[in-house]
Amino acid sequence: MSLEIYHETILAHYNNPGNSGVISDADVISKDNNPVCGDVVEIQVKFNGERIDEIKFQGQGCAISLASVDILIDAIKGKTVDQIKNFRQEDFLKLLGIEISPLRLKCALLGLKVLKTGVYSYLDNNTEST
Amino acid sequence: MNVEKIREDFPILKRKINNHPLVFLDSASTSQKPVQVINAIKNYYEMNNANPHRSIYQLCDEATQMYEDARKKVVKFINARNDEEIIFVRNTNEAMNIIVQSYAMDNLKEGDEVLLTVMEHHANIVPWQMLQKKGVKIKFVDIKDDGTLDMDKLKDMMSKNTKIVSVTHKSNVLGSLNPINEIGKISHDNGSLFVVDGAQSVPNMQVDVNNINCDFLAFSGHKMLAPMNIGVLYGKKEILERMEPFMRGSDMIKEVQLTESTWNDLPWKFEAGTPNVEGAVGLSTAIDYLEKIGLDNVEKHEEDLTKHALERLRDVEGVKILSAKNGNGMVSFHLSGVHSHDIAYILNDSGIAIRSGHMCAQPLMRRLGVQSVARASFYLYNTKEEIDKFVDSLENVKKVFKK
Ligand SMILES: Cc1ncc(COP(=O)(O)O)c(C=O)c1O
Repeated sequence: MSLEIYHETILAHYNNPGNSGVISDADVISKDNNPVCGDVVEIQVKFNGERIDEIKFQGQGCAISLASVDILIDAIKGKTVDQIKNFRQEDFLKLLGIEISPLRLKCALLGLKVLKTGVYSYLDNNTEST
Repeated sequence: MNVEKIREDFPILKRKINNHPLVFLDSASTSQKPVQVINAIKNYYEMNNANPHRSIYQLCDEATQMYEDARKKVVKFINARNDEEIIFVRNTNEAMNIIVQSYAMDNLKEGDEVLLTVMEHHANIVPWQMLQKKGVKIKFVDIKDDGTLDMDKLKDMMSKNTKIVSVTHKSNVLGSLNPINEIGKISHDNGSLFVVDGAQSVPNMQVDVNNINCDFLAFSGHKMLAPMNIGVLYGKKEILERMEPFMRGSDMIKEVQLTESTWNDLPWKFEAGTPNVEGAVGLSTAIDYLEKIGLDNVEKHEEDLTKHALERLRDVEGVKILSAKNGNGMVSFHLSGVHSHDIAYILNDSGIAIRSGHMCAQPLMRRLGVQSVARASFYLYNTKEEIDKFVDSLENVKKVFKK
């Protein structure tokens, strides 16, 4: 457990998250919390067919959970639902580039969990209507 | 009270975390254990272990005796009337579930009310929610802005429908002591059953069930130097006798037929299966330890530490104290712009352990308008120097976050 997790990039995303906000005509709103600490993350997505058109988040939580969502959104903007389905936890942790202790893994991965839930619910709804 | 000498009894306090001596400020979550308790458990397994109440050989006799002696120790410790009133449970959560499932589910009906407070731990909220499916209403007494319970509101909310009042003796976030005798009197005058969550009070002050005249008291051993998974449900005999068992199976029976059984006497009616003898032995030893030091001294020591912590924290820019005006044994706080998890994580770098998060009191968090808090809590082995180190280390947190 080292303090290196609070490096410049993490703190910059935490203090000035570029992707925070809401989308008035979002296709999916996905939200979850971490029962251990009560951190909450909500992600709103607007799709253009198979592709993410716009994506925003709001949340309350520690620096690691909030910076992680912001970084995640930067990474997956404009990607297709298939690409997101194939985006694994390991890929994301590599992208974050910090050594995360087991107890804080849940903080770092909360955003990814919310995003995937959102994408799957979008897929479910879309397969029903077609 | 000689804190340096006490500290020598706690092996874990010699541990280093990140090359710093451990500063353990999370005893309100669970306390550390003295070598006396650790050795008592070790000795039990090396000398006496057997399944109690089952056979007639010597070890079984010894294990049974040790288990039942521990119960007698608890009887005296909280001044109950006799062994029948002391049920060993896993923890406060389990005790609350027994009260709700074996008493309230059978005795409350649609339109009845249970009165709780907004400062309750989830252990004293969630079990009661079960009653809602029977049409029972749960109501919550608010706190005042100084963090103390609003007694005027409590009196206003009592009605002929209030069948049970269940209140924490001491808040695990605010540190405030509720006027438990007065609440008990109000409850009984109203004909309501009175339940006390003693998880935070029994470890560090004298709690006398005869004096507070509660119908039930619940507490956990692990917050008072004993191991995890041993706790106590105290209940008045007359009430326990009328209740159905909580868990069913072995030991809690008198006679078993193929299609029906009769229940064992109190307290065993509520203790199904092989009990936690090592836990009971540990709890008994923990009580000896606390009584030798004197609970009054423990309480006074915590008062000194709390006062010191508050004085020091008031000078730290950006810190907002959230504990109550009359809070003792802990300080809950907020550091502007930094989440409590980040505070706790960065303090860990200096070997300091504090609690962060919602404290298992989400309704209280909402009432306080925060999502989480950081809490430093104190026990008999903590020192002012440790508190100084904790407060000084908050500067590291600010440095990381450039506050
Ligand atoms: C006031 C209060 N009640 C109940 C509990 C629950 O205790 P346990 O987890 O041992 O059941 C706690 C401990 O966290 C507490 O502080």
